Formats: sequence, structure tokens, C-alpha cells
Amino acid sequence: MKKFINRHPNQYGRWVLGILPFVLLLILYVAASNARLAENPNDPLLPSLMQMGDAIQRMAFEPSKRTGEYLMLQDTLASLQRIGIGVGVSALIGLIFGIANGAIPYIRATLSPLIVGVSLVPPMAILPILFIIFGLEELAKVMLIIVGITPFLIRDLQQRTLEIPEEQIIKMQTLGANTWQIVTRLALPQIMPRLLATTRLALGTAWIFLIAAEAIAATEGLGYRIFLVRRYLSMDVILPYVMWITLLALMIDFLLARISRWRYPWFHASS
Amino acid sequence: MAMIELKNLWKEYGNDVVLERLNAKVEAREFVTVVGASGCGKTTFLKLMLGIEDPTRGELLLDGEPIPGEPDETRGIVFQRYSVMPHLDAVGNVMLAGELEASRWLGRVFGNRRRKLRDDAIAMLEEVGLGHALDKYPHELSGGMQQRLAIAQALIKRPRILLLDEPFGALDPGIRKDMHELVLRLWKEQNLTVFMITHDIEEGFFLGTRLWVLDKDRLDPQAPQAYGARITFDLPVGREDQKTYESISSRLDTTARAIG
Repeated sequence: MKKFINRHPNQYGRWVLGILPFVLLLILYVAASNARLAENPNDPLLPSLMQMGDAIQRMAFEPSKRTGEYLMLQDTLASLQRIGIGVGVSALIGLIFGIANGAIPYIRATLSPLIVGVSLVPPMAILPILFIIFGLEELAKVMLIIVGITPFLIRDLQQRTLEIPEEQIIKMQTLGANTWQIVTRLALPQIMPRLLATTRLALGTAWIFLIAAEAIAATEGLGYRIFLVRRYLSMDVILPYVMWITLLALMIDFLLARISRWRYPWFHASS
Repeated sequence: MAMIELKNLWKEYGNDVVLERLNAKVEAREFVTVVGASGCGKTTFLKLMLGIEDPTRGELLLDGEPIPGEPDETRGIVFQRYSVMPHLDAVGNVMLAGELEASRWLGRVFGNRRRKLRDDAIAMLEEVGLGHALDKYPHELSGGMQQRLAIAQALIKRPRILLLDEPFGALDPGIRKDMHELVLRLWKEQNLTVFMITHDIEEGFFLGTRLWVLDKDRLDPQAPQAYGARITFDLPVGREDQKTYESISSRLDTTARAIG
């Protein structure tokens, strides 16, 4: 028999093995939930699937008794708008300064130390400053995401720009390119797929900052709702919300990956 | 007047002497192959020709003037790798020079001018034998085809000098032979002056009109960097006998071992 390290599951086996931990977790949860609820039917910590189903029904498909709005939809749209603007603006700034830093030594010498310094400031520590400057409205939350992920995006894209082979930069010059053309016809198109890849990585961090900002000051949003219902120990709302956030993150990640493969096939084929 | 002139050219990095006392004149339309062991300054010489390194002593003249201190349109280049843009297809790569020239800001052209550039690019690609791969991206091309593309991309700009940096080093022998024929044909058709760097002495010996051997004629085994390489042979090629070839070959092997 082959050594264990040389044995590979077939496609069917991979599916079964991949799903197995999820099923086990679910069984474990249901068993624990049943045990607790058997002792005390009002126990809030591990709600049954039925209770969670009811909570989803209440939050997502029935208008709120107080405001007449669909809360989960409202929360989702508010959060998606914040993260969309925050990540979008960050990506744009990251792209511009990342390429400028990577391609042009004079700009790099001027800005790179500043960006390294700023990237080391813990964004959560300056959240109060953001609230003071930008108020408790949307802008502060978007700003937290921008402050949180932009330095990382700039530094990563700067590095990726520096990795463009010297040969290609020389070749561009022998074809008559000026500095601007080297940036727009060589650096920009080669960095675009890397921007998408880096943005996918930064999205996890962006969600952290979004939920933190919403937890502290908001009137709607997925993070706001979780922290609001925490007061009533409403695990039946919190758990579906967490799963919904995870699903949203997964979908955005998948979407960016598909866009990258669709727009930049050469990047995925050569790397 | 000679097109290229090397006047007592030195290149040192700190205490390491890479090239020393290079003196030579190259006329337009010569085809110079530069051979030498690894570490004997072939690449440094190419960098001096490109203008990305400056000589530490002496002069490197183009038409009697110091050669421009950065790469430009006069000197086309084909490297061993990374010569073509991975994000452009074959036609896009060859059109690049024309687009850059026609539009200083956008670097792109549209309409009739684009069609004209495209037709020129297709003609050039057919010339190098890539007429069947117009819309292929570099990663879809074999190594030999990528180098054909790189040559087409460089030559459509009509440079006066073509620099080839071990362009066929990574190719199979059969394909290499086809590439030799292609380069010789284009050299004659376009009245180019060619410098080809290679570590394949045989390639240097049978391609082109002139062979330079870069080698350390003073060699201190305890301090191989103390003396730089010089042009130890400057031969018209095509009629050299096997004996010269073997003697140069064995000298270079000795140097290569000493440098380690």
C-alpha cells in the first residue's frame, strides 16, 4: 500500500470529506441545543434551528412593527453601502499611490516612509478621532474602513509594481515610452488584477472595521443589529446574522475572483 | 566615422573591476557577437550599451557623442526572458511602439490610424513567422515564438542598433537554428547594427561578421575580481578554423573555473 502522504481522495471523496466537518458541527450544535432546551425551554444561549428560522422570518420577511421596514434588508443595504464605498475608495487610492510609489523613485522616497508610519497606527485607536472629526454619521464609518485598509493596499501594490520585470521597463523605453506611458501602458494594466487579489484579502479586514464602527455608533447595519440584540441575549438573531455576513463576504470574494478571471485571463494563466 | 566607439572603457563596482581597457570601433551594419564566461562582463557591457549603467572610466561613443544615459529608440533590445508584455496579445505587443509614438498621453490610437498600425503589425508578425498567432497572448506561445514576437516588437520601431541578450539561450537547438536564420535575414533587410551577447561560443563563432571574446587576460586565482575582462579576441568570423574555436573555448573554460 502506498504511503499516506501519496494517497489522494478522488473527486467524490473530496466532496464528502469537505462537507463532513460542517455536518459534524451541525450535529454537535443540534445535540447541545436540544440538551439545553430540554432542561430549560427558555434558555437563550443555543436556540434550536426552529427558533432561528422564526427569527429569520421575523427579521427578513416581515415589516418591523415599529418602523414598518424590513430590518434585515435595511441592515444589509446600509452595511453593503458602507463597505462598498469604503473599499472602493481605498482601492482607488491604493491603486494610484501604489503604482506611483512603485514606479517613480522620487515619489517613493517622499511618500513611502509616511505610508509605512501611517500603516502602523492601529485604526481602532483613532476611531474616536474619526467620530470627533466626521461626526457619528456615515462618513466616520467609511473613513474607518479607508484608514484601516488603504495603507496595506498601497504597500502591497507598491511591492507588486516594484516586481514588474526591469526588462519590460527597459523595453518600453526602447519603444519610445515616456514616464507617463510606462505607468499607463505597462504598470497600470499589470497591476489591475493584483489590485483585485489584494482587495479580496483586504475585505476581511474591512468587515472587521465596519462591524466595529457599527457596533459603536449606528442606527442600522448588520453590526449594529448584532450588538443591539446582544442586550437581550438573542442568539436566535445573532447566529443567522453572522452566517448571513459570512455568506455576503463569500459572495463578494467570489465575485471579485470571477471578475479577475474574466478580465485578466493572461494573469491567471501565467501565474 | 565609426558608429560605435569604445575608448579605454572601464566599468568597476567598488573594488570589483568588471571591464577594463576596452578599445574598439564598430561600423554601421556590423553584426558583433560577444562571447565570454559567466561573470566576464557580457551583461555589464550590454547595460553600458543600453545606457542603464555609466562607464566609470573612458568613453562609449555613438556617432562621436557619449551614448545616451537611458534607454531610447535608437537601441532596440531582446532579452532572454520577460521581453514582451504579458498583458497584450501578439498584435498588441507589436503595435505598442506605434501607439506610444502617435499618442503621447493616452498611448492608444483609434480609427483609421489604429487600422494602419494593426496592418503594419500584422505584416511584421508575418515576417517573423507568427502570422497564425496574431491574437495569442505571450503565455500561449512557446519560448521560440515568444522570442520571435520580441524581435518583431523591437524591430517595428526601426532601431539603428539591435541588442540581443542571450536571446536563444533557453531554446531547443533545432528552434535556435531557425532563430539564427531569422535574425540574419532581418539584419540584412533592415540594415541593422547588431550586438548579440551569448555564452554559446559556437553560436558566436558562426553567426554574424565579428566575434568579440570578453575574457580576463590577467587572472589572479586568489582575487578573481581584481582584474577586469578585456576584448581578448576581435575576429572577423565565418572563415576561422576549428583550431581557433577550440583554443578560445578552452581558455574560457579555464576562466569560468577560476571565477567559480
